[in-house]
Amino acid sequence: DVSDAAARFCPKRSGSGMDREEVSTGTTIMAVEYDGGVVIGADSRTTTGAYIANRVTDKLTPIHERIFCCRSGSAADTQAIAEVVAYQLAPLVETAAHLFKASCYRYREELTAGILVAGWDRRRGGQVYCVPIGGMLVRQPVSVGGSGSTYIYGFMDSNYKPNMTKEQCLELTASALTLAMERDGSSGGVVRLASISESGVERRVILGNQLPKIVSTH
Amino acid sequence: MERRCLDAQFKGVSTGVSKNNYVSSKTINKVIQVHDRIFCCMAGSLADAQAVLKAAKFHLSFHSVQMESQPQVIAAASVLKDLCYKNKDELQAGFITAGWDRKKGPQIYVVSLGGMLISQQVTIGGSGSTYIYGYVDAKYRPDMSREECLQFATNALALAMGRDNVSGGVAHLVVITESGAEHIVVPGNKLPKFNDE
Repeated sequence: DVSDAAARFCPKRSGSGMDREEVSTGTTIMAVEYDGGVVIGADSRTTTGAYIANRVTDKLTPIHERIFCCRSGSAADTQAIAEVVAYQLAPLVETAAHLFKASCYRYREELTAGILVAGWDRRRGGQVYCVPIGGMLVRQPVSVGGSGSTYIYGFMDSNYKPNMTKEQCLELTASALTLAMERDGSSGGVVRLASISESGVERRVILGNQLPKIVSTH
Repeated sequence: MERRCLDAQFKGVSTGVSKNNYVSSKTINKVIQVHDRIFCCMAGSLADAQAVLKAAKFHLSFHSVQMESQPQVIAAASVLKDLCYKNKDELQAGFITAGWDRKKGPQIYVVSLGGMLISQQVTIGGSGSTYIYGYVDAKYRPDMSREECLQFATNALALAMGRDNVSGGVAHLVVITESGAEHIVVPGNKLPKFNDE
């Protein structure tokens, strides 16, 4: 992968911070329930210290046909947990969320993983479950995660209303992620969105120059 | 936090004070008047901030006697900046200075922890500020009226107080214009309610 290649090209690099730091998805992720499904979104930056190892990362990982997870924290940890859960095949969103929680809680001392599990199933429709660092599990109508999430709590609290439509959810997620990416150095790149409902998964990407324009205050 | 709207200045702060996890007071006023139309918001260690402001108030009143006129807002900010920069190793205090003067009208200056001084149109600070960067970025417009500005500041403070465990209590707002300064206090139960679970 990228950090191996970089190490091979410059093996004597010492003070750059790259070889000391773990690859991390310091990130902003978000998931919103609406009547009929869920909308999830994430930025696309993966960093090793101050170096951006991947600027077009896909942090929206499918676990099952209509269940996705948004990954934040250590890239290796979250990829490993997602593989374990996908292997155990979970047709209900709640089951998938519990499987994540089981891994995150059991190995809480060794892991750094904050995950949002979101999807649609026939029993309960669209659901969002939050499994933060430490391994707690809670269902929420809207949730944000990652290092960039602190900057958008206020925006989310004031702009989220229950019973929004799918388009409103997509707009809210895109705006919130844009605001976070603007302020958080570890979040950036493109905005990846996915909406999951009975009819399937619809993915879209918003490139940097197409992000909603925010009037800058600086 | 502050913002500049047309010809008025707004400052707002919340009032919680805590030591480790004990909240020692819910009703501290962190907006201090250093001169007729110049106010400062404190952040960081309040003991340090109070000490610095006391010295700054004295400096400023002496300065205004020497100049035989009302001090400029930048003068107040510079006094704070000098104190913070020269004693940066011992102090842990940041300030937002805002006011109105005859030369430049309404202005806002930020003195950060190490003693940097910059001027801004709108600024937020303190531990609760991280939660409202997104909200402030999205909602601020340079051409708001006094009422819109007041609502914006109140909303932003309410959102931050809802999320930050060491911010809370009462919100103090001060509106500073050419004609004077008006102090508005909004108790916790009268703050706007949002969707924070």
